[in-house]
Amino acid sequence: MATAQLAKSTTATMEKQEKSDLVSGLSMGSPAFLLLLIFLIGPFFAGFWFSFTNQRLISANPTEFVGARNYLRLIRLGILPLEPVVDESTGQLQRDEDGELVYPRSREFTRDEENYPQYAGLTEWFTLDQGTTRYVILAADPIFMRSLVNNFFFVIVVIPLQTGIGLLLALVVTQKLRGENFFRTMFFAPVVTSMVVVATVWRYLYDVNNGLVNEMVRAGSFGLIQPVNWLGDPSVAMWSIIIMSVWQGAGFQMMLFVAGLQQIPEERYEAAGIDGANAWQKFIYITIPGLRNVMVFNFIIITIAAFQLFDQVLVMTNGGPDNATSTVVFHMFKNGFREQDISYASTIAVVFFLIILFINYLQRRVTKTGETV
Amino acid sequence: MTALQPTVSRTSNETRKILMTVLKYIPLLLLLFFFTFPLLFMIASSFKGSNQQIFADLRTVRAFLPVGDVSLDNFRFVFENSNFPRYLLNSVIISAITILLTIIINSMAAYALSRLKWPGQRLILAIIIATLIIPGQATLMPLLLLVANLPSISFADGLSITKGWLDSYHVLIIPFVASAFSIFLFYQFFLEIPKDLDEAAMVDGATRFQIFYKIIVPISGPVFATVAILTFIGSWNTFLWPIMTIQSDELRPVMVGLQFFFQQNVQWGQVMAYATLITIPVLVFFFIFQNAFVKSIATTGIKG
Repeated sequence: MATAQLAKSTTATMEKQEKSDLVSGLSMGSPAFLLLLIFLIGPFFAGFWFSFTNQRLISANPTEFVGARNYLRLIRLGILPLEPVVDESTGQLQRDEDGELVYPRSREFTRDEENYPQYAGLTEWFTLDQGTTRYVILAADPIFMRSLVNNFFFVIVVIPLQTGIGLLLALVVTQKLRGENFFRTMFFAPVVTSMVVVATVWRYLYDVNNGLVNEMVRAGSFGLIQPVNWLGDPSVAMWSIIIMSVWQGAGFQMMLFVAGLQQIPEERYEAAGIDGANAWQKFIYITIPGLRNVMVFNFIIITIAAFQLFDQVLVMTNGGPDNATSTVVFHMFKNGFREQDISYASTIAVVFFLIILFINYLQRRVTKTGETV
Repeated sequence: MTALQPTVSRTSNETRKILMTVLKYIPLLLLLFFFTFPLLFMIASSFKGSNQQIFADLRTVRAFLPVGDVSLDNFRFVFENSNFPRYLLNSVIISAITILLTIIINSMAAYALSRLKWPGQRLILAIIIATLIIPGQATLMPLLLLVANLPSISFADGLSITKGWLDSYHVLIIPFVASAFSIFLFYQFFLEIPKDLDEAAMVDGATRFQIFYKIIVPISGPVFATVAILTFIGSWNTFLWPIMTIQSDELRPVMVGLQFFFQQNVQWGQVMAYATLITIPVLVFFFIFQNAFVKSIATTGIKG
């Protein structure tokens, strides 16, 4: 009976406590809660709404609901099969001076709304040849598609590269050598340096005629490799941005790996040593499994950061050459800020968010199944 | 036992040891070169007067050394022929206010969420954790529209209310001081502090707010340092947002200023001097507070 009474009175004091805590909790928390609501959660949901309207940054006309129009303008694709042109006099397939088959131009279809309404508003993205038929892949916004592909390419290359180099750095700075701290500091220095500064400096390093990178490549290859147009050649530009980004970010991964390495108990290595394991075996069977969590965390951080690729692009290439370095965020910036088309930029932001969400989900699933195995 | 070992094998053992050490340093030095050469080039070139000199030095190690015809002319040029001093002042003001507000409001919010129990607390915590998934850039466009329409108090001629936050300091500060990530960092730290501390103080009649700033804040130095450092880096490096919201030259922060300076067809050395000027303070700051820096990043990493 006494305990019941005690319990009752404790619940009563707890309730009283909760009430008084509600006041202090809200008064202390509300500045942050309100600001988050106004400047993060509000705009986040507003973005979803804007993507279904024709909202502009400055407009005399009232905003209208336009349904899925922005989404169609963004992600609609089409396939246009083209047959080679037949020479009417001979009945043979017509060939140009190089002996290549001649195809009608895709514009003749995409601009002909009367006869081909299904292709209206689409532009050529790329083509695929199968037999003599040429399939033109059309996109409502080929630059967005290009940006998306660029983003995925960047992510797929940067993840293993940056994780690998970060791990390498972590391993070399934990060998208990003299000056270990100095090396660690130096490897981390690019991380704390602003991306805008780094990108500006690398723009000079990548200069075709007077660039340090070309100079080092020339010296390293004993003059065999010709100067590369690092930022001006569409097939190289993205690689140049990748190299620079990995250079800037790897130190961060190193720090995470160093912390991870320190958590692996020394006894495991000792035990393996007694069992006759060599350095490589220790690395594969102790170090790598021991770093699993850090590895997963690194993957997530790099992926999300890589999808936000923007500063380097604006400073170094402005999305060029020929949109070879345009990214999703860069495309959003171009439409939202330069064209002041908030609704279209919001649509890009929604798609961008969904991609991040999906990747996050995927990574969670992969880690979960990994743990049960 | 060791005394019985033949001397010859001991020397060869020692040579082997030295050789191994040297071998271990080779990859380290190669990596050191790769990770430092751009910044060394930046600093070295900032002292060199002409493009010709920088180009001529490219083929030798002189590219990384401030040697030859060196002077402070580039730095003088940056200070006298550009709006750099103003940009610097802007960035210092913006960073300082942002850091101050960030640590105050987010630590209070985290305290309310971690050590108090009140109805709705779990829900708000869940919402804040959920917002961590939203990448900052995904909300930029609606945010731009929002700040373009928010009312602003103007003291220009008498007290008046104008529309729009564009082109101001507060547009660079207020939208970003509340940070779900900062709250999360504080929250994790505060959870680890024993609850007895609060209860003892409660018995003594302290209010929740008093407990917070008299007991919790003084013992939470590391997490305050972490949030301050991360906020400083973010605020100092901010680029995309000021490009969109700041039009007048007078209000530009340093990173946007660099972009404008760079586009004016100035000499390489002058751009490098500008870049050096805005990088060195951060690097020095990092070298001094390195342990706090690294520890904070590492702990956030492991726990996340």
